[in-house]
Amino acid sequence: MSSNTVPRRSAEHFVAPVSETPVAAIDQVKLSDKRSNLWTDAWRDLRHRPLFWVSVAFILLFIVVAIAPGLFTQVSPDKQCVLGNSNGAPTAEHILGYTKQGCDVFSRIVHGAGASLSVGFLVIAMSGITGALLGSVAGFFGGWVDSVLMRLGDIFFSIPYILAAVVIMSVFAAYVNVFVVALAIGAFTWPSTARVMRSEVLRVKNSDFVMAGTALGQNRFALMFKHVLPNAIAPVIVVTTLSLAAAITAEATLSFLGVGLPAGVMSWGNDISDAQSDLRSNPATLIYPSIALTITVLSFVIFGEMLRESLDPKARAQR
Amino acid sequence: MVFYVIRRILQAIPVLIGTTFLIYFLVFAMPGDPVAALFGDKQPNPELLKELREQYHLNEPFIVQYLYYLRDVVTGNFGTSFSGQSVNAVLADTIPVTARLALMAVVLEMIVGVAIGLVAGLRKGKLFDLSSLVVSLLFLSVPIFVICFLGQFLLGFKLGLFPTTVGADASLPRLLLPAIVLAASLVAVNIRLTRGSVIETLGNDFVRTAFSKGLSRGRVIRVHVLRNSLIPVTTQLGADFGILLVGATVTEGIFNVPGVGQTLYQAIIRGERPTVVSFVTVMVLFYLVVNIVIDLVYAVLDPRIRYVK
Repeated sequence: MSSNTVPRRSAEHFVAPVSETPVAAIDQVKLSDKRSNLWTDAWRDLRHRPLFWVSVAFILLFIVVAIAPGLFTQVSPDKQCVLGNSNGAPTAEHILGYTKQGCDVFSRIVHGAGASLSVGFLVIAMSGITGALLGSVAGFFGGWVDSVLMRLGDIFFSIPYILAAVVIMSVFAAYVNVFVVALAIGAFTWPSTARVMRSEVLRVKNSDFVMAGTALGQNRFALMFKHVLPNAIAPVIVVTTLSLAAAITAEATLSFLGVGLPAGVMSWGNDISDAQSDLRSNPATLIYPSIALTITVLSFVIFGEMLRESLDPKARAQR
Repeated sequence: MVFYVIRRILQAIPVLIGTTFLIYFLVFAMPGDPVAALFGDKQPNPELLKELREQYHLNEPFIVQYLYYLRDVVTGNFGTSFSGQSVNAVLADTIPVTARLALMAVVLEMIVGVAIGLVAGLRKGKLFDLSSLVVSLLFLSVPIFVICFLGQFLLGFKLGLFPTTVGADASLPRLLLPAIVLAASLVAVNIRLTRGSVIETLGNDFVRTAFSKGLSRGRVIRVHVLRNSLIPVTTQLGADFGILLVGATVTEGIFNVPGVGQTLYQAIIRGERPTVVSFVTVMVLFYLVVNIVIDLVYAVLDPRIRYVK
């Protein structure tokens, strides 16, 4: 065996000419400048988009309304109802008129914001965190852990989540509150977050800088938390924002079907459901809560879309 | 191809078992005694209770009960609805109506969505593109039942273009308004998808080649751009189907269309839990089958799919 004879290299080494990079250009890079990354790039893009600011303003407004409805209306949504005002026309103090029960429509919309937003945020707190956790575990460990988690996700994904929520809500009809509704929606929406998280972790895991980290002898878990997750999280945040919008719609749909929040709880879905019988004589009672619902969902959808377009260079090129 | 078909069907089996198990588990976890509930406030004979329990295998352990249920599902026996009719008989009456409605909605959605998406993609950044973005985001955000009421109120009641409810006679012209409403809830995703796909296809080398061969703009767009852009749109149909099922439930309920969705809607409104569960099971099975079929059709259309391991 002559395996230890090294073949002699005959070719000359080619060295790229260094003179092509002007030294002046290197001097111009200021080390004190903040290094640009995915998020600073996205921010630089986002802050020039009016639609982004409009959606942020609406989201903040609705959050304030949900936390402190008393700031916006002095009229009680359910204590000052007079049946004599049933389906009454708007007046100076009751700008949107009255419901069938003679309650102030504007006040009911203001007080109904809390239910919608809290269900939305609870759903993403549950399904977003579960999905991100299971997805990153599946992507990080791979192998049978990945197979088991993803097949499990397939099962939950195969049932349209509103249908699943209808079944869960019929089962727990006696114990309905905001948490149960959020759980019913979140229990079947986590796989979409998990899928995105997993594919992002897989993508980042195979990139060169992670391999460099491994080669330098960095611990697997440290690598995961310091390098893989921060680079994989952006699309997950976008999906989470969009599923927040979907959760608000889902809550309203469930309440509309009568299997969401109980009738006593103030929510836009319940109000729209109550107003449907008087659609012809008094469409305003149905239309105003619908507008509030639509603007809320639209704000989150636009926020998510803007975020997605700014974070994804491919989408930025499509504009 | 045969290998791909077999593998796709085998993959569906654990999902089928999982979904039915999940639904059954939820029903099993329902509080209250289902047999006692049958009698309402009356005190039934204990002998009769025992007999009923044995008839429905309620004394067996959970897993045995589940296997009985799975046997019923596989053999196509979905039990009886609240009114005493067998679910199969109800399905036989209602499926043709829902199928007609769904097909009309999908055709409308495809035509409108692809047309708007194509024009928006070709005129990227122009006024048409921006307004189609705003409109599609709006339709993406309005819940289906609000679209239903608006359609019913404006098109049906104010303008009198369509009958406001459908009723027993579910002929094509009477189904048009519910179909438009259902299509409106789906069209936004289709517009966005077609637009993105058209823009991506336009950047391909084969499009540049087609132009440089001297083909007319119309021919390049029709033959080269549109056909290649439609692939992701076709795949989306499978996911759309889930939205369609929920949408049909709400739309048929509001417009009083005598379909599967309305039966489920009525059962939900009246709190008839066993009927709700039977119909949801049927819908989920239907959804699984449709998605398998779409995957197979897709594999026929695009050979790359069936060769990927």
